[in-house]
Amino acid sequence: MLTPESEEELAEAIAGARGPLRVVGGGTRPIGKPVQGEVLSVAGLSGITLYEPGALTIVAKAGTPLAEVEAALAAEGQMLPFEPMDHRKLLGTTGEPTIGGVVAANVSGPRRVQAGACRDSLIGVRFVDGGGHVVKNGGRVMKNVTGYDLVKLMSGAMGTLGVLSEVSFKVLPRPAAAAALLIEGLSPDRAVAAMAAALRSPFEVSGAAHVPEGMAGDPVTMIRIEGFESSVAYRAARLQEVLEPFGQSTVERRASEGGEGVTDGWRWVRDVEGFAGKPGDVWRLSVKPGDAPEIASRAGAEGVLFDWGGGLVWLLVAEGTDLRARLGDFRGHATLVRASEETRARLDVFQPEPAPLKALAEGLRAQFDPRGILNPGLMG
Amino acid sequence: MEMPAPNQGVLSKRSRIIARLEEVLPKDAVISDVMETRAYECDALTAYKCPPLCAVLPSSTEEVSAILKICHAEGVPVVPRGSGTSLAGGALPTADSVILGVARLNEVLETDYDNRFIRVQTGRTNLSVTGAVEADGFFYAPDPSSQLACAIAGNIAMNSGGAHCLKYGVTTNNLLGVTMVQMDGTVVEIGGAHMDAGGYDWLGLICGSEGQLGVVTEATLRILPKPEGARPVLIGYDSNEVAGECVSDIIKAGVLPVAIEFMDRPCIRATEAFAKAGYPDCEALLIVEVEGSPAEIDEQLGLIRQIAQKHNPVEFREAEDADQAARIWLGRKSAFGAMGQINDYMCLDGTIPVSSLPHVLKRIGEMSKEFGLDVANVFHAGDGNMHPLILFDANKPGDLETCEAFGAEILKLCVEVGGCLTGEHGVGIEKRDLMHVQFAAVDLEAQMRVKDVFDPAWLLNPAKVFPLDASEARRARAEAA
Repeated sequence: MLTPESEEELAEAIAGARGPLRVVGGGTRPIGKPVQGEVLSVAGLSGITLYEPGALTIVAKAGTPLAEVEAALAAEGQMLPFEPMDHRKLLGTTGEPTIGGVVAANVSGPRRVQAGACRDSLIGVRFVDGGGHVVKNGGRVMKNVTGYDLVKLMSGAMGTLGVLSEVSFKVLPRPAAAAALLIEGLSPDRAVAAMAAALRSPFEVSGAAHVPEGMAGDPVTMIRIEGFESSVAYRAARLQEVLEPFGQSTVERRASEGGEGVTDGWRWVRDVEGFAGKPGDVWRLSVKPGDAPEIASRAGAEGVLFDWGGGLVWLLVAEGTDLRARLGDFRGHATLVRASEETRARLDVFQPEPAPLKALAEGLRAQFDPRGILNPGLMG
Repeated sequence: MEMPAPNQGVLSKRSRIIARLEEVLPKDAVISDVMETRAYECDALTAYKCPPLCAVLPSSTEEVSAILKICHAEGVPVVPRGSGTSLAGGALPTADSVILGVARLNEVLETDYDNRFIRVQTGRTNLSVTGAVEADGFFYAPDPSSQLACAIAGNIAMNSGGAHCLKYGVTTNNLLGVTMVQMDGTVVEIGGAHMDAGGYDWLGLICGSEGQLGVVTEATLRILPKPEGARPVLIGYDSNEVAGECVSDIIKAGVLPVAIEFMDRPCIRATEAFAKAGYPDCEALLIVEVEGSPAEIDEQLGLIRQIAQKHNPVEFREAEDADQAARIWLGRKSAFGAMGQINDYMCLDGTIPVSSLPHVLKRIGEMSKEFGLDVANVFHAGDGNMHPLILFDANKPGDLETCEAFGAEILKLCVEVGGCLTGEHGVGIEKRDLMHVQFAAVDLEAQMRVKDVFDPAWLLNPAKVFPLDASEARRARAEAA
């Protein structure tokens, strides 16, 4: 195992590699095709290098524990806007999620509907390409169109185009208060319609999820609002009016002064805890929200969770199921997040792309990693 | 400004290229008359002009594909053009290039409020996208100040921003999908009405690539419900430093205004003489706008007032009604026009960390004396995106060159303090040769490798973004092939 402790050492390790490398941060998100290769751990590159609360900017080395970043932000009343999911319970992994891992997998949570994905908050990267060159792109300012945007390219590239050494984010103030509107008993169709009604209102919804089998077993639709105390109260009341056609809603209020910004319910949604420890494969679909109920109904799933107003669908299906074959054509994409190595080797983990995009992807890999040593085959 | 010598081989087969284009396009869609091509000889960076070989105005993705196939086969460079409002020379032609204008691609293809998107052809103007949905209570968030004229195609190429980015992000944060034609004519569909990319983030890569990776003909854009209301306040200070501290304190307090605009004294005086908005004569002026219901606005403005008062403002003016709100914005919105009344000006758009604001403004003031040219500052303070306006006289020999040298020094300063050369206008030709200041050779190499993948012959939007010396070997190789 290679364990560089600085960017220079990381560059040397990659330049000197003789065969394929399996890149890991905290090792909590083993997503993708199984990779054979020597483990290259980035966890040794750790520490926050710059934090300016007044400029809403934080910069950290890629191996910095996510918890350390979140704690530093919380101490100044700020947060990562995109509410990154913790995969440990769902995937049965242990270890410490790193900020670089979050970026490599472009991990976002329920607030994605309002504040964007990880890649939307990411404003700069430093990485080492497959030739061992240290490359920087973007920076520490939130408006930057200088040259091509490799920052977004690196987010979600799963370490196949370069190994991240440092990442910069635009952050946001942590809301002083939050409330959740809960409606019980809706069908997925009605739930998605209710979430659309909430999301198209001007009341700044920061989470919209539907759980066909909630913690108590019955369907629950959850709408979240966050902000200053009185504003949250006002918007909760207005949203109750908006949602009246969908039945009685109850409001759970919480002042989160100094506390954890995510209530148990939203963390449960964020981390897909409902599927944790249950047998079966887990798929993640990104679709047009309005298409979600119909697509989910075709899946024959043992468990379903709708987040992002329906735009994100989590499915629990029998082990080894070829879900894409079962779904047929649909607009969007499906990712196999949890399955045995055998299944992940047999099925495409990421949605197969049309030929021109596949050719571009292969072209990029050939340019950024000419020896094919960075997580080879992980993304296809 | 150095441009590569035109490819003589291309120039010599001009009539054949035009004849081939006329075979696949309606008669009026090929502009080859030498006088008429002059309409396309520059964009809003008017200091540089060069008529193209010809211009084409396709009306469909299929026509764009047919055009690019021909140009690809003939080895002809193509310069995509939205509305030609680029301040960076992003659509400046070369003599051997075909201008591909998307102006006729201006339809709305689909609006969907439940799923909160609109799909448009990319020749449509930015403001008319909002225009198509505002009666139903929605808007398209990125709002560059050229929004009345600028096209979505150009917004995507330059990853355009605007005054309200602090809350809503820039184009790349509001782009869900594209139909793009590659240089060889291949049409690809990327993204759509769903939220995240499947494989690599193609949208993120294409947005801001200055038309060098493909021609985007259709776009799916995120639209947002309009807030219940918005209200600005005007705060005046006698020191740039204190104004900068006030901005920082507002952000730290947890308020996220939709806009924080900053004007310095030269800018205040010029706009006051021009627009008579009733601004106080002070060193620094902030316009802070917040959104929400009347009660929510009151609460946020109450907090902003507390913070502002701590720094002893010379003026704190709240808008009591729509008319007063409009007056607060009047001077800011007339700033560029006011400068144009005084003289020619060059508008820069480097970004800096907000904490460096006082230092950078002080240095710009000093440099203004050294170069002997006046400069006024007006910019988006919340995100550190500066807009120094350097005044010069285009009719005075040498003034433009002095102005460009001054501008280059300001941009170097932006990079030095941890910022960048351009926050929202793009590199184009204007900042092309300054890229070495911000990027090491290996950084530029990584970006050019992306270009190699998408456009191996380096035909799309030539001589932009990358310093000519950095791209020389690639261009020579491509031309020889």
